[in-house]
Amino acid sequence: MNFSETFFAARFGITRRDLESYLSEALNRGGDYADLYFEYLATSSISIDESIVKSASQGVSLGVGVRVISGERTGYAYSDDLSPEKIKKAAQVAALIASNPGKVDQVPLEEGPRRNLYPVLTAPSETAFAERVALAQRADIAARAYDPRVFQVQVSYADNLRQVMVATSDGVLNFDRQPLARMSVYVLAREANGVPQQGHAGGGGRHELSYFQTERTPEYFAREAARQAIVQLDAVEAPAGEQVVVLGPGWPGVLLHEAVGHGLEADFNRKGVSAYSGRIGQQVASPLCTIVDDGTIGGRRGSLNVDDEGNETQRNVLVENGILRGYLQDKLSSRITKSPLTGSGRRESYEHIPMPRMTNTFMLAGESEPEDIIKSVKKGLYCANFAGGQVDITSGNFVFSASESYLIEDGKLTRPVRNATLIGNGPEAMKHVSMVGHDLQLDEGIGVCGKEGQSVPVGVGIPTVRIDRMTVGGTA
Amino acid sequence: MTFGELPQLAADVVQKALELGATDAECTIAEGDEFSANLRMGELETLKEAGSRGAGLRVLIGKRMGASYTSDLTKEGIARMVRSAIDLADVTTEDPHAGLPDPDELGSLQTDLKLYSDRTAELPTEERIVLAKRAEAAALETDPRITNSEGGSFDSSTSGRVFANSRGFLGSYRASYCSIAAVPVAMDNGMMERDYWFTIARDYSTLDSPESVGRKAAQRVLRRLGATKIETRKVPVIFEPRIARTLLGNIFEAVDGRSIYRNASFLAGKLGEKIASDQITLIDDGTIPGLFGSQPFDDEGVPTRRTPVIEKGVLKSYLLNTYTARKLGLKTTGNAARGITGNAGIGHGNFFLEAGVTSPEDMLKSVKNGFYVTELIGSAVNTVTGDYSRGAVGIWIRDGELAFPVSEVTIASTLQEMLNGIAAIGSDLEFHASVAAPTLMFGEMTVAGR
Repeated sequence: MNFSETFFAARFGITRRDLESYLSEALNRGGDYADLYFEYLATSSISIDESIVKSASQGVSLGVGVRVISGERTGYAYSDDLSPEKIKKAAQVAALIASNPGKVDQVPLEEGPRRNLYPVLTAPSETAFAERVALAQRADIAARAYDPRVFQVQVSYADNLRQVMVATSDGVLNFDRQPLARMSVYVLAREANGVPQQGHAGGGGRHELSYFQTERTPEYFAREAARQAIVQLDAVEAPAGEQVVVLGPGWPGVLLHEAVGHGLEADFNRKGVSAYSGRIGQQVASPLCTIVDDGTIGGRRGSLNVDDEGNETQRNVLVENGILRGYLQDKLSSRITKSPLTGSGRRESYEHIPMPRMTNTFMLAGESEPEDIIKSVKKGLYCANFAGGQVDITSGNFVFSASESYLIEDGKLTRPVRNATLIGNGPEAMKHVSMVGHDLQLDEGIGVCGKEGQSVPVGVGIPTVRIDRMTVGGTA
Repeated sequence: MTFGELPQLAADVVQKALELGATDAECTIAEGDEFSANLRMGELETLKEAGSRGAGLRVLIGKRMGASYTSDLTKEGIARMVRSAIDLADVTTEDPHAGLPDPDELGSLQTDLKLYSDRTAELPTEERIVLAKRAEAAALETDPRITNSEGGSFDSSTSGRVFANSRGFLGSYRASYCSIAAVPVAMDNGMMERDYWFTIARDYSTLDSPESVGRKAAQRVLRRLGATKIETRKVPVIFEPRIARTLLGNIFEAVDGRSIYRNASFLAGKLGEKIASDQITLIDDGTIPGLFGSQPFDDEGVPTRRTPVIEKGVLKSYLLNTYTARKLGLKTTGNAARGITGNAGIGHGNFFLEAGVTSPEDMLKSVKNGFYVTELIGSAVNTVTGDYSRGAVGIWIRDGELAFPVSEVTIASTLQEMLNGIAAIGSDLEFHASVAAPTLMFGEMTVAGR
């Protein structure tokens, strides 16, 4: 594609020469490196409650972020106005971080390689609004039809289309068009006059709207949410104390995201504040564990053609047969530690400084039969679904909350238990993985990861896994 | 366009929406400037400074709504936003309870809430950096076991908000805040811990000294070193104020009018009933000058007020906006909250638990064996059923004294039992944020460890 045909050039008249002049303005005080991140974001959302389409909303935001790096220092400014004066002003503010006499040479901009992991011709946000409303309504109907004990249903549908352009002083020029959509269904069920219980399901990705008509229908999510709520009606108190824990495939991969992934982000490790700092080459998990972060899987919520610093994403092996192999790098950490880029520099929007982040994080399949894993447990807990998690990367302690789990008694799943927190220490807990199933599954595409106030979409995955020892925070 | 010109713009947006067929309209315009400086190990690490603004519109055509927003405040950008909201009203369905507040409910507090200080915006960058540096330095100097740091920081922002609706409301206000924080890392016997402390104020002259922030952060991280796991057991549990606040967050979710009309709260249908120990009085008050939860009107143009939510253990009020109030046959409590567009949700003003009479020291002395919680992670709190289970870090209490640090455990109970089982309420209420609580002691919770 000719530069003049790219989104920002065509729509806002930005030229290559403009980009070069903004970068040179940014380096005017002697910074080592500068980049520009242009973003145009169109979003839509629909919500259904009590079978009424209570809300439909859409809008646009746009802006540019200017970053200057000088040694280990970062200066950052942004503008929500793409006029040359305002962008120059932002470049001057970001430039203030540097005060070096020397000036670096700017490398001529060269367009990066092109690939498309999400070849979406018409993004969901470009379809007729009524079509999207109709999809959401189908979920409402299906959830109510699932069981007469369902008494409240909320459906939310949201999509966005993000156009980005990144230009850097070391010559990177890249563009991306990033569509994203998700649907989620929240259900409450109760026995006559009983205590209500909730169920939640959803999914999506970087797909055309037809994904919700063919691959994952509104009915699929609706039935799954309703099923979870109904299961909880019979739930008993969760056990308290150390247990054998079996994680089901898919969404429980959030364990890896919390227990391992965050601790391997290069910013924490460069500063030496992660429980995994200085441990490359060491055994940090059982030899059954190989964990990767892969931003290149077609259509996935966590995937990106290029990261938010203009570099291609890739498949990064974090832990191989239990041995720590590498960290997730952004530009700054890679410059400081002289490590290769991993395509992991991400940011929430043009208002934010990029950081090393995960994309899709999962454990590779092992060899055990999932049934054998459950059969191997005399007394323990089987976790089928989680509501989310959190980690203290310094101590390595992490938690996640099981929203659907069952007691395992004599090798069989017996009663569902109420939601409870599970807690462990990253490098410790992963050593207790004693069986890994052959049934790797990725989640449905609904994850949001928060770090230092910035949210980005991510994916997780895991096969059925047995962990010999974890603390379960119930009351029984 | 200056802030002073935005109210006219908001009124024009509302007018334009009415001309295009809306029967009612609400426009919000928000702007904000942010500044942050982070230092690490004495060296400046990041400096960020910028501002942005955006406008949002919600229209009603009869009982159907449509909403839109834009960051493009040019004439064309505004025209597209108005058109877009009108178009969307076609795809929503009629909602019999949709509507704006009644005209006699609209209004703005006339007192000076002291939300904005010029001094905060005028502080020179160099001084801001020095404040952050002093906070981190004080933490690093406290003890040789503090070997590392995630830094010291100074953050500030000024913001402005304008709201106009088709029932004649037009109001605006500005707000500012600034804060200093320190995040030291301590190491001992190969185990590493991190903690933080901060000070925050609307006017920078009322911030605590950076040294006191650094030292407090250092004390907090040092007392975590050498933590062990303990045996699973049921014991009395004390929440320090920072942790007690999170419980208020859970209660807020349970009294949010949206959870109530959906029957998705353990407090739904309990108005007028005794739901907590009679020591508990919980207030929402958006009218206290200088505090972080204060504003002259809510995000629907209704004046904020003081609402007792729980009084001596009895549930007195839910927190409502116009919509949830109509669903429940009640009156709005002035708690509408939203970003810049869409239907209003529910927010709180200054949401706080009234102080009790017990000093935190006396509370400790009363415990033979118990757990003093200084950090919670994870969020397995189900406000539909009341089930409560969270990861915890803290200090074991033995014979009335803080004995040794504990981590990698969970605490569990139900919100019902916690509210009814309050054993003591501390006298140490302070406002560091819009949610505030004193030290709290619960008669018994399950602490799960080994």
